[in-house]
Amino acid sequence: MAMAAAEIEALIRAAFPDADVQIQDLAGDGDHYAARVTSAAFVGKSRVQQHKLVYEALGGKMGGVLHALQLTTSVPN
Amino acid sequence: MSETNARIQSIVETHDVVLFMKGTPLFPQCGFSSRAVAILEHLGVDFQSVDVLQDMEIRSGIKSFSDWPTIPQLYVKGEFIGGSDIMTEMFEDGELEQLMAEKQVARAD
Repeated sequence: MAMAAAEIEALIRAAFPDADVQIQDLAGDGDHYAARVTSAAFVGKSRVQQHKLVYEALGGKMGGVLHALQLTTSVPN
Repeated sequence: MSETNARIQSIVETHDVVLFMKGTPLFPQCGFSSRAVAILEHLGVDFQSVDVLQDMEIRSGIKSFSDWPTIPQLYVKGEFIGGSDIMTEMFEDGELEQLMAEKQVARAD
C-alpha cells in the first residue's frame, strides 16, 4: 500500500495549477514522503487551512494509503 | 458517533494542552507522535496525552472531530492547532511558545 511520488505530485498539481511542488521520497521506500507546496491559493489562509486544502487535493488518501507525508506549505514571494 | 464527539469535546475542554497520539510520551509508536512529544517537552508545558491506539472510537472519531486526517493532533484550550508538521513549523518560528504564553497554559513541574 504505497503511492508513487508522481501520483502525489499530479494530484496536488491538479488542485493547484500554479503550484510549485517538490516531493521527496524520504526513505526511498515509496511510503515516506516530504512535500513542499507553494501556491497563491494559500494567501490569507491559516496553516491548518493550507494543509487541509492539500489533504483535500489528495482525495482522502492522506491518513489512508498515504501514511507518511511531511507537508510544508507556503505562499509565493 | 456523537457520543465519541462528546467524549473528545470533554477531553479538550478539561485539559489546557492535549496531544492525541499513537503510543505514550514514554513509548511513542510513530515518528510523528514522537516529534510532537519532543516539542511539547522542550516547551516545558504540562500536557495530557491520549493514546489513540488504545481507543478505536477516539482514533477514528478525532479525525472527523478535527476534520484532520492524521495523528498526532494538538489542542490548546479546546482549539485545534494542527498536526506534527504545523507544530514543527510553529516551534521553529517561536510561534508555539508564544501561543502557549498567550493562552497561559500550565507549565510542567
